[in-house]
Amino acid sequence: MDNNTIIALKNIVVDFDGEAVLNGLSLDIHDKEFVTLLGPSGCGKTTTLRVIGGFLEPKSGNVFFNAKDITHLPPYKRQVNTVFQKYALFPHLNVYENVAFGLRLRKVDEKELKTRVLEMLEMVGLRGFERRNPVTLSGGQQQRVAIARALVNHPKVLLLDEPLGALDLKLRKEMQGELKRIQQNADITFIYVTHDQEEALTMSDTVVVMNGGYIQQIGSPVDIYNEPENAFVADFIGESNILSAVMERDFSVEFAGHQFTCVDKGFAKRALVDVVVRPEDIQVVPAIQGQLSGVVKSVIFKGVHYEMIVEQAGTDWKIHSTQAQQPGQIIGMNIGPDEIHIMHKMED
Amino acid sequence: MKKMGAFSKLYLVLIFSFMYLPIAVMAVFSFNQSKSRTLFTGFTLGWYQSLFHNDMILSALGLSLVIALVSSVIATVLGTMASIGIYSMRRTVRGVIMNVSYMPVINPEIITGVSMMLLFVVVKNSIHLQIFGIPTLLVAHITFNLPYVIFNVSPKLRQMDIRMWEAALDLGCTPIQAFFKVVLPELMPAILSSFLICLTYSIDDFIISYFTSGTMQTLPIAIYSMTRKKVSPEINALSTILFVVIFTIILLINAKDSRNEKKNAVRI
Amino acid sequence: MKLKSKIIAAPYLVWMTAFIIAPLLMVLYFAFTDKAGSFTLENLSGLSQYTPVFVRSILLAAIATVICLVLAYPLSFMLSRLREGKQRIMLMLVMLPMWMNFLLRTYAWMTLLERNGLINRFLGLFGIGPLNMINTQGAVVLGMVYNYLPYMILPLYTIMVKIDDSLIEAAQDLGAGRVHTLTKVLLPLSVPGITTGITMVFVPSISTFIISRMLGGGSNLLIGDLIELQFLGNSYNYNLGSAMSLVLMVVVLLCMSFTNQLDNENKEGGVV
Repeated sequence: MDNNTIIALKNIVVDFDGEAVLNGLSLDIHDKEFVTLLGPSGCGKTTTLRVIGGFLEPKSGNVFFNAKDITHLPPYKRQVNTVFQKYALFPHLNVYENVAFGLRLRKVDEKELKTRVLEMLEMVGLRGFERRNPVTLSGGQQQRVAIARALVNHPKVLLLDEPLGALDLKLRKEMQGELKRIQQNADITFIYVTHDQEEALTMSDTVVVMNGGYIQQIGSPVDIYNEPENAFVADFIGESNILSAVMERDFSVEFAGHQFTCVDKGFAKRALVDVVVRPEDIQVVPAIQGQLSGVVKSVIFKGVHYEMIVEQAGTDWKIHSTQAQQPGQIIGMNIGPDEIHIMHKMED
Repeated sequence: MKKMGAFSKLYLVLIFSFMYLPIAVMAVFSFNQSKSRTLFTGFTLGWYQSLFHNDMILSALGLSLVIALVSSVIATVLGTMASIGIYSMRRTVRGVIMNVSYMPVINPEIITGVSMMLLFVVVKNSIHLQIFGIPTLLVAHITFNLPYVIFNVSPKLRQMDIRMWEAALDLGCTPIQAFFKVVLPELMPAILSSFLICLTYSIDDFIISYFTSGTMQTLPIAIYSMTRKKVSPEINALSTILFVVIFTIILLINAKDSRNEKKNAVRI
Repeated sequence: MKLKSKIIAAPYLVWMTAFIIAPLLMVLYFAFTDKAGSFTLENLSGLSQYTPVFVRSILLAAIATVICLVLAYPLSFMLSRLREGKQRIMLMLVMLPMWMNFLLRTYAWMTLLERNGLINRFLGLFGIGPLNMINTQGAVVLGMVYNYLPYMILPLYTIMVKIDDSLIEAAQDLGAGRVHTLTKVLLPLSVPGITTGITMVFVPSISTFIISRMLGGGSNLLIGDLIELQFLGNSYNYNLGSAMSLVLMVVVLLCMSFTNQLDNENKEGGVV
């Protein structure tokens, strides 16, 4: 736990009816960072968020806030606010009163309250909507009210539980930029839960990939994408070809019946590893020039590129290329040393 | 299918005449000068006047209103509390409680009335106190009103987004504050409508009151004793008044509803 | 942090036990004891002499229920196909008489059916009658139909508005005539409404004592009248009255399990 850590989870265990959801999860979250918890549904990301928010008490383990143990502190005493899935706006209050809700509880005086609420509405672009009932607003607008309602209390940390899940694609893209801007303006920590890998990569400073109640990898979006630590991460983040391989020696790996040069070292001799190759990193060349060669099984036009499935020695490869090949054609494939990502085998 | 055939129209007219002719006849004869129920001999408001000077009717009306108000308030509070408590119980327990709560609704009213009367008689005989009257009426009315509150409030509670409650805690409410500031306002429409349902059922009830009132007379009981006397055109006047009052209330509610709908339509 | 508040249901649970469960146990107790409080089956066995009354009650209630169903079915269908604004008004018209106290509604028919009542006078204009209408079983059935018809219309209407026009059109498109559209599509889809309607009309009909007293005179006693006589009338026998109540409850329960059966069969049949 270094000085910069604002929230620390230590060995958090949560189970629902005996079924473990978080298995001794530990995580440090740095101040003023945009951290995303990413994973498929049921991976424990929302549970983690609820533990931080105080809506769920872990069976064991501790939650620290600025090095102070807050494990048993109820939600209303935490300097943390949440933007809920589907927003949970109060339908009996108008937009202004929804945003003012937390301040009124804190008995902030009327003048300051008004300035702060209006300022916040200004920031999320909803000035003039004060008297509207939240249910009459569009999804994107409700989203902004929910953010304003949480941020107006000046929390140290804002928790966001799949806040863009209910929006359509176009609006989601817009709001992604908006959220990032709001986070930078407010200058606080955002902990963001999503199952959308693209969303995670665009917005975050740090991505925490989770699966089955365990953290799989923590890193910057670039690291996560380029250097996945295991097959799960590689598969979940973007599309990839994952193959079993043998690490012959440093800088040399064998898979698909061919010896490849790579940039990794430090594995045991003849260690069994997984290899990840991104579909866009495979070069298509004439059959005789390729390190590998295979038969094109199918070609689908995807807009920017063609997606091809190529069968090589019983393995199906996914390849993205800007040039279409004919199904049935035999092609060659080249993979550069930089494009081969070696990972430890996952224990099952 | 939006246009109706002549046959369908005729059918509608016939059924609605069947439903409304008796009421119309009563209304017409409430203005009849003579006591005759077949010959209209001339216009008068006399029956209305004598109705308003009929002490039996007036005191019965007063009793009905008091019983209805008090029992509805208690049933609404008790029922709302029960709904919230039941909400957090396990499924099986909840099922059992709901089924028992359903009893007064599915049982014939006469059974509910008779069974409560038995209980009251046994209690009265063991404590040697004259409990029949307002106490027994109140208990009976609260009992048959409670299920309606629970069946109105419980679904609303289940529909409520539990995150709303969490959001309130998140923004700094203690659990009790969160209940009064968020949960209760959210349930309010259901609570109010159950209160209104209780009021109407309570004012309208004859059978259960008949068995539990002792010698007290609520309005329906007074009406019953008037119908026993055969000829009393005051009943016609009373029916007409009640009909007009109910008609107005329903009309107002409907007007409000359709206005709200229009407003919403404009918003969207 | 959950909404943990089971305890606030406690007052209701106490109330429920004291005023729903205890009274019903009371009925059970009285039904199986004599005036001195010792166990007996005489109350129940003594009911056999009232068999004609029980049969009459079931019969009249059943007839009234069938008439209600036949009258309400087409009406509900017509209502459900109207434009929304019209539906609202029509529905209001159906419910309005329900809000009048049923004593007043029944009293209205009393005056209409009398020997020198308005109906006989009207028929007299055509040289018919006077007919003997009041104090007959027919009058009792009429009273039941009149009072409880809305209870049949409402559940039927509720289920029928959910049946989309397109289903009916699809049936016609597939070659179903009027009769087949009714029997193969409309009826199966509306079974839940029919069963609810049947219970809602049958239960109050079979247990009424007011309608039979006001329109049936003294000669057409129903179960309800018998029970009332044991508790507030001249007979004054709580034990016998409790036994009768018990039997009435059994009849009602049988009726409801029968309609439930119909509902379930319909679901299992997979028609929907």
